[in-house]
Amino acid sequence: MGLLDRLDNPYDVGPGILLGTVEDLLNWGRAKSDWYMSFGLACCAIEFMAVNAAHFDFMRFGTIPRPSPRQSDFIIISGTVTLKMAERIKRLYEQMPDPKYVISMGSCSNSGGPYWQNGYHVLKGVDRIIPVDVYVPGCPPRPEAFLEGMVKLQSKISHQAIFRKRQNMSQEDLDAIHNRQVEIEKQFQEFQKVQQELKH
Amino acid sequence: MTTKEIFEKLKNEFNDDVISIFDDGTVSEPFITVSSKNLIDIMLFLRDEKGLMFDYLSCLSGVDYKENFTVVYNLFSIEIQHRLTVKVELPKDNPVIPSVELVWRSADWHERETYDMYGIIFEGHHNLIRILNPYDWEGYPLRKDYKTPEEYHGIKVPY
Repeated sequence: MGLLDRLDNPYDVGPGILLGTVEDLLNWGRAKSDWYMSFGLACCAIEFMAVNAAHFDFMRFGTIPRPSPRQSDFIIISGTVTLKMAERIKRLYEQMPDPKYVISMGSCSNSGGPYWQNGYHVLKGVDRIIPVDVYVPGCPPRPEAFLEGMVKLQSKISHQAIFRKRQNMSQEDLDAIHNRQVEIEKQFQEFQKVQQELKH
Repeated sequence: MTTKEIFEKLKNEFNDDVISIFDDGTVSEPFITVSSKNLIDIMLFLRDEKGLMFDYLSCLSGVDYKENFTVVYNLFSIEIQHRLTVKVELPKDNPVIPSVELVWRSADWHERETYDMYGIIFEGHHNLIRILNPYDWEGYPLRKDYKTPEEYHGIKVPY
């Protein structure tokens, strides 16, 4: 009897073999243990607390709130992003380690919401400062809507490539990455120059 | 005490500094208009005088009317359970008013907010800086002639 014959036999306890790729396994693990940054902005955050509470039980997705951006996999922008907060959100996002994801929750962080016209102090959509993976519409969204967004994020993560990313990329994207690296190197060299001048 | 009785009492004490009373029966809360010249003394009188005892400043807010700025004080007496609204009108080109922070401590943040939104200067306030907007914000947002900025720190503001 071969190995494959034993897979579907319910009466054979055997070694319990599953066949798949390492990428699938890693993605399964990544999608099912997302840690998020414990962070709330406005009334969407109240709805998000309901998602966290016993009735909707957010932790069944394998999520754990983290107090630090350095330990989080994704961030939930739950509410109105004011211009004062926008700079801080950008910094928090930059402090998160890759791979990182963003869920934009509610009309305000999607597009400015009710403040789109007269909100002199409101950022009209958080995607103006950080890239967003999942948009959840609503004002505020019901917890069920947010859970749908979480399912969407999990399916996105579980279909992502981990290995041989460069092979699948278009030449344009590769050029953009190369240019960015050159730019960062230039900035770093200038920074070092300034530091040495300050030392002397 | 009704607003009319309070107005007469103030008029006896401060004469010209107490300007007018608005009480035509159409508004739910009549108000007294006073001048900003002798404001602290008037407020201290309202707080300490027997029969008035306004020991609580419920709210302090600003209004931009077309011809002037107005600061509105909503007072309440926990002791006697009566309330009063006092208004002070300020010229548009030089909106300066004495701070009542030392009369009621709750005025501290209210005055900072009014300064933040209208640019009204509260003289004698110990820490008159912006409270809601960023410190480097330009302009006073609740003024009628305020224009929404095109960008803030490189972020585009209009939709």
